[in-house]
Order: sequence, then C-alpha cells, then structure tokens
Amino acid sequence: MTATSGTLLHQITDYANRADPYPLYAELRRTPVARQDDGVYTVSTYWEILSLLHDPRISSDVRNRTPQAGGDLPPEDDTTLPPSFLRLDPPEHDRLRRLATRPFGPPHSPRRIHDMGGDLVRMVSGLIDGFQGREQVDIVEDFAYPFPVMVICKLLGVPHQDEVLFHGWADAIVAALDPSPAEGPQERQRTAQRARTELGTYLAGLVEEHRRAPGDDMLSALITDHGPDGQMSPVELITTAVLLLIAGHETTVNLITNGTLTLLRHPEALKRLREDPDLAVPLVEELLRYEPPVQLLPQRTALADIDIAGTVIPAGASIWLMLASGNRDPRRFDDPDRFDPGRRDNEHLGFGSGIHYCFGAPLARLEAQLALTGLARRLDGPRLVADPPPYRQNPVLRGPRHLPVAFDGVTA
Amino acid sequence: MTVDGSARAFRQHGRVVVVGASLAGLRAAETLREEGFVGALTMIGDEPSEPYDRPPLSKQVLLGKVPADGTALPRRRALDAEWRLGVAATGLDLTGKRVRLADGQEVGFDRLLIATGTRARPWPRETEADLDGVFVLRTADDAARLERRLAARPRRVLVIGAGFTGSEVASACRERGLEVTVAERGPAPLVGALGGVIGAVAAELQREHGVDLRCGIMVTALEGDPAGRLKRAHLSDGTTLDVDVAVIALGAMRNTEWLAGSGLGAGPRGVACDAGCRAFDVHGIVTDDIFVAGDVARSPHPLFGYQFLSLEHWGNALAQAEVAAHNMISSGPDRRPHLWVPAFWSAQFGVNIKSVGVPPMGEELIVTQGSLAERRFAAAYGHQGRVIAAVTFDHARWIDFYREQIESAAPFPPVFANVDRRPEGLRPVGADFPDPALPTHGPTVTLSGYSPSERRVTFTPARA
Ligand SMILES: Cc1cc2nc3c(=O)[nH]c(=O)nc-3n(C[C@H](O)[C@H](O)[C@H](O)COP(=O)(O)OP(=O)(O)OC[C@H]3O[C@@H](n4cnc5c(N)ncnc54)[C@H](O)[C@@H]3O)c2cc1C
Repeated sequence: MTATSGTLLHQITDYANRADPYPLYAELRRTPVARQDDGVYTVSTYWEILSLLHDPRISSDVRNRTPQAGGDLPPEDDTTLPPSFLRLDPPEHDRLRRLATRPFGPPHSPRRIHDMGGDLVRMVSGLIDGFQGREQVDIVEDFAYPFPVMVICKLLGVPHQDEVLFHGWADAIVAALDPSPAEGPQERQRTAQRARTELGTYLAGLVEEHRRAPGDDMLSALITDHGPDGQMSPVELITTAVLLLIAGHETTVNLITNGTLTLLRHPEALKRLREDPDLAVPLVEELLRYEPPVQLLPQRTALADIDIAGTVIPAGASIWLMLASGNRDPRRFDDPDRFDPGRRDNEHLGFGSGIHYCFGAPLARLEAQLALTGLARRLDGPRLVADPPPYRQNPVLRGPRHLPVAFDGVTA
Repeated sequence: MTVDGSARAFRQHGRVVVVGASLAGLRAAETLREEGFVGALTMIGDEPSEPYDRPPLSKQVLLGKVPADGTALPRRRALDAEWRLGVAATGLDLTGKRVRLADGQEVGFDRLLIATGTRARPWPRETEADLDGVFVLRTADDAARLERRLAARPRRVLVIGAGFTGSEVASACRERGLEVTVAERGPAPLVGALGGVIGAVAAELQREHGVDLRCGIMVTALEGDPAGRLKRAHLSDGTTLDVDVAVIALGAMRNTEWLAGSGLGAGPRGVACDAGCRAFDVHGIVTDDIFVAGDVARSPHPLFGYQFLSLEHWGNALAQAEVAAHNMISSGPDRRPHLWVPAFWSAQFGVNIKSVGVPPMGEELIVTQGSLAERRFAAAYGHQGRVIAAVTFDHARWIDFYREQIESAAPFPPVFANVDRRPEGLRPVGADFPDPALPTHGPTVTLSGYSPSERRVTFTPARA
C-alpha cells in the first residue's frame, strides 16, 4: 500500500516544528514506508530503516537518482572535488573508508582515540574554567561548538590559530545540507560552494606542509602511510579531510547541546550523572536514541525495486531514512518517548548502521561523555533561560542554535 | 503473556537441572530466571571452571593476547543456582527423573536441559595421540597447553584438518611467525562448510600468508622419539614431515554417551529434538520434560526442508538455549519454535568470515558483491531456485540483508541491481561441495517477525 502524506513531511521540515518534531514522526510511522507528493519515499519505522541500511540495492551516490525522483539534494561536491566516501558506494566507498580508518581506529590505530582522552579532559575543563565569574553562558557558542572544533583540529593536525578561518566555511557548508532551506537556496549553494573551494584550497596547503614535516596527526599519517590499498590521491585526501572536518564537529555540537538541554529538562538524570560519572556511557547512548543529532538520511537512492513493509520502492526513487523516528518506534523500544539514561536494550540508529555507520562514533561518544560529565559536575544550579531554545534552521542536523544557560557558580 | 496454572506452579516450585555448564547451559539458566523461574536450579558441568567462551580460544588466546582462563562468559544476572562443577553426568533415569553423577550421587529433576555440547575428535590411534606435542583444541585447558607450546617456538607445527578450527590455528601460528603445514584430506580448506569455490579463496589466503598447505592428503601416522615426543608425521603421498607440534582439528563429537540406554533418541549425531527443543525418545516420540540446546542438539528447521540440523555455532547455542528455557517454563501455545537462521563467523589471516543459512545445501553460488580475487565479497548460495545461504569475506555489514533473503525464500539467482556488483557476479557457478545433497522437491517456507514472540512461519505449498 502506498500512502501520501506530503503535508506531513512538509511539516517535519518546516522550521516551525523544529523544536519538537516527535509527534509528527509518530504520525509518519503510521505508514512505515510512505510515498510523498514529490516522489520521495520516507521510511520511518525501526526495522524497515535498519533493513534498508543493510540493503545493497540502496545507493548513497546521488548520481544514481532519476531526475523525477524528487527529494532534490544539493550536491555536496563542486566542480573541483569528487564526492567523499559518505556519498559513494562500494567499492570506492570501501577503499576510501579503509584508507581513512587506518590512522583513526582499529586494527591499525587502536589507541588513537583512547590516547586523546587526556587532551579532551583538559579542553573541557579549560572551557568550563572560562565560565568563572559569569552568570550565564551560551552552551553552543561557549562550549559545544569550540570543544569539538579543537578536537578535530588536534586530530587532523590543523594549527590552532586557523580554527577561526574555517568556522565560517563550515557554517556555510552545513547550511547547504538543509534539503528545504527557508529562503534563497541558490544563494546558499553559491556561498557553500565558495566555502568548500576555499576550505579545499586551505587544506591543500596544509597537506603540503604535513608532507614536508609530518607530525603525529591523522593528516600526516594519511599522507605518509602506505597500506595494502595504497594511498589516497591528493584530491581524495582533500575531500576526505573536508568530510572529517565538517562531519567531525557539526554533529558533535548538536549531540552535546541536545544533551545539555535534555539533562536540564530531566534534573534527576543530571543529578545522577553528577554523582555517578559512569552513567555517562549509557546516558550518551540514550541521547543518541532520544535526540539524535542526525535526524534523517535524505541521500539514499533505490537501485532496484524494493519490496518492503507492503510497499514497492521503485528503482531510481529517492529515499529518506527517518532515523530519529525509528529511534522512537514503540515496536522496537519500550516507552520510547521516555528519556531513560540507564536504558539497557538500546541499539539506536543515532549513528546509522551498515557500511556508512558513523565513522567518528568512538570519538563523538567520548567527547559527549566528557563534555556532559564536566558540565554536570561543575555547574552549580544550572537552569534553562529559554525552553525551547532557538533552533538551527537545519532539519537534518538538528539542534539548538543557541542554548543560554544560567547558573549560580562554577565548581573547581 | 498468559501463564496457565501448571506453568505458574512450575515456575514457583519446579526443579530444573541443566547438564553442561557452558554457553548454552548458562544462557538457558539466565533466561529461566529472567522469565520468572524461582524454583530450584542445579547446574552440572564436568569442567571445573565457571562457564567460559570458546571462540577466543583459537583466536586471541592462541595469539597470547588473552590468557586461556580469561574468557569467562559475562553474566547477565545473578543465578542463585546450585553449581556442581567438575563432575560429569554419567546417566539419565527417564522414569525416575534423575541424573546420575560420576561421583555416585544422583540429582532429581522435574525438567532437564541437556547442553553437553561436543568435544574434539581425537587422533584415532591412541599411542600416537598420547605423544607429547599432539594437541586438540576444545577446552580452555587445551588452549592453555597449546599456547604454551607455541610460545616456546616449535620449529614447525602440523595442523591436521583445514576446517574452521584448523584454519584458525594455522592463522594464529603464522601471526606468531611460526612455520606451519596444514594437511587436509579434501581439495581445499573450509570445503565442507563453504564449498570448493570459496575453499579455493581460503587456500590462496593461506598460501599467501606462508602456510605450507597440502590438500588431498592424509596424515597416515605420527611418529615419536624414544622419549615419547612427537618428531615426525607420515603423509599419504609417501612423504614425511619433521614436526614437534601437531594439532588435531578433525571436527567434533557430540557428548551423548552418558545418555546411552536412557531411552532418549540420542546418538553420535546428537540428541534429536523438535523445534521447541523437546527431546525425542527412541521411538521418535517427543518428551515433555527433557529439553536440548546447543551443539549437542539436532532439530528440524522449517526453512531448510524440516531437515534435522546439527549446528556447531555460537549464535545457535545462545538462541536455542533461550527458546529451550522459555519453553521449559511455558505451556502449550506460549511455547516458541527455535527458528534461528544458522549463522557463524570466523577470523583468520586477517579476514572476517561470516556465513548465514546452510551453505552445504547450496548447489550453486553467485558472487553478488565485491570479488573473489580481492577476497572481499558477498556470495549467495542457491538451492532449487531460492537463496539458501550466503557467505561474506570482509563484508560482514551486509550479512543481515542475506539473512532476510534466506528467510523470505528469495529467488536465486538474484536478478536485482545492487552496489558493487562485478562482472563475475552476473552468472552463478557450481558451489562445488564434495558431496552435494540430493535435491528434493519440497514446499516453501518463509519466516517473518522480529522479536522471538512474533516469529512466524508462512507455508507456501509451491513456488511457481
Ligand atoms: C576453538 C573454538 C572456536 C570456535 N569459534 C567459533 C566461532 O568463531 N564462531 C562460532 O559461531 N562458533 C565457534 N565455536 C563454536 C562454539 O564455541 C560452540 O558452538 C559453543 O560453545 C556451543 O555451546 P554449548 O554450550 O552447546 O556446548 P559446549 O560449549 O561444548 O559446552 C558443553 C559443556 O558441557 C560439558 N559436558 C559434556 N558432557 C558432560 C557431562 N556428561 N556432564 C557434565 N558436563 C558435560 C562440556 O565439558 C562443556 O563444558 C568455536 C568452538 C571452539 C572449540
């Protein structure tokens, strides 16, 4: 059966509903696989999303989409850069991801993230130290944004003083990921493309520097290391660096901000975390389920007719996988709208699943755990200044634009 | 879920005995408690140790990365059971409902779970098997002994049998920089489990990693020195090989001897049971109080023509234990079938191998993703026009898709377009099993549902 609920999806992407899209997701789940007015197929239930994430008949490469399939997506890439592995299918995807993984995680670099732990703790305390003497901060500007940026710079080997440079580039690039911008999509695209080119040029310079004087960072390793797959070409290297840089912090900002917001809305959870830092581990998993930074994946395309949940998604169709909706599917999770920081059965879709499973998941987890424990432990009497806070425009990477929080003091 | 009167009473006051305190036994016991069984629970195991995990024994333990006594199974909850470890069950009195123990004691039960698993098939000639330097690998003790010997850097290790265990042992030896010869009677490694096409890939993998792989060959004798230490192996091609360690990896034998004469349908191929894990007696009549789970069980699977499958898979032991435990304390319609689709994994020579379904039932095979030459691929096995199994090499993330294909009796060969399909994946080839099962025409059965309580079989008389 095919149902149309175009207005529903429209409501979901409508900025007016950004603060609380969850009732709309619940309505969307009534038709697990729904054809929208513009031809897009939304998939909103847990098991169906999971199954499609493991389905080789689904492509992440928009070049496979038929023109009439709807769900127009701004191309991530401009004329000078090829798509990153996020938007490629195997075998290209596999090769690039393997190459990127070598200096990042197991089996070749099992300690990279673990060894950053100390630095991360210092960054968190440094930022919170900066709250001293203030009565109110913006969690986004003063904490949740600068922290992951410092981390990704350190990881990639980007000089600290250059951070400001790409703050603006990143903003512009991410803004263009919005599939339904409120106004001026063309203008937005041009700005994003310019930002991408500038960032690419900047990174190309950086790559040259690291080639001449390699350090202990990921970029240096990517440039100098030779594995069974050989090496990335210069242009692949730059595309990958752009991806890691953008994806490496734009999502974490929202994870930390959504986390802070959720904790302030659930004071008993905040209290528990303050008393028991070990709670951070399941709590962050629950956040990834309850308020995932990536709400939906709008860039999948069917390569063949796919018969699922009583509907046939035709070859060439554009598919939106509604991760945040799947995370609240009552057929999968008990009492899904309840924030339960100790939840045990919690295989959420917050990082996706399958071959595109979030590359940076181990890092994002660690950052969020340390950031939230730091805030819980050190802020005295924290409270929300505005609830809901103002949200960012983007329905894909969803999170507050600002999160003003007042407090009585900062514990040492 | 409704619990009728007798089941409720059993949950309160029943006596459950579990024989075999390993993966299946432990998980069953935990499930019993989780589902509200508060009666008496006795765990009988002939190994002295607490339940531990076996897959790491041939992997991390042989590499010296994890100590042999470091693979204890994580506990999901407190069990409040009486543990009788280090004592084997030696007999079963079906009418008197008692288990006899090696120490002469007896334990009475209302319901019994048999989870005695398998043991390594020993080298057939005892005097040769007793030579110092000859090993098998099934228990933590076996692993500890073998690891110690490998750490002493023998000059050459001979692995007899290139199934999963043998191949993993060879892989560990190479990773430790030891010279290793693998002797396999069949034409290739893993050929019995995955067929000749995939076996050829495994053979290449072994040779590339420096294994001296000899197929189509049997070890005819093991020869010791006067002090009783292994020094040489004789092969069926007339050659000899100087070795100081031999690992016998000739498969497993089911631990059913203790049930001889009990009246249960137990034999060398395991204890036959229905899909609800209830054991059959010798007449083929299902018992109501004797349950079976894990490697020792043989049960019919609707998806695979109701064939009785004996599986030696970790995941099967787990799933079957949970179903058995549930059924032990439930009655009538509350009972569930064990409809798990067979699946296992292996890690060798840096490759992650996963399989779902029953590959040996496949007549044909098609590489649907990746390529055999790159040794990164997914391949589907076909049986009478449907997908019956699949295997992946370093492509594990796709495995759920193939499981769904098997569960829904998807047509073989698959015709759809998908990512990473190469020219070699456009036509099926013979799967090349040494002894292909004879095809029979049967009805089609498909599985649906996600959680155990909603798993259902749909019976379709014939596929057009
Ligand atoms: C080295 C090795 C590697 C493996 N690797 C993998 C892998 O990678 N993937 C995979 O899917 N599977 C793997 N397996 C298989 C997996 O370990 C088994 O499927 C699983 O252990 C079966 O559990 P079980 O509880 O049914 O039987 P077992 O683990 O065999 O346990 C049975 C227990 O019962 C005891 N017992 C036997 N007879 C008696 C008696 N008469 N009285 C009391 N106790 C008795 C035994 O000593 C044993 O402790 C591996 C197995 C081995 C040995």
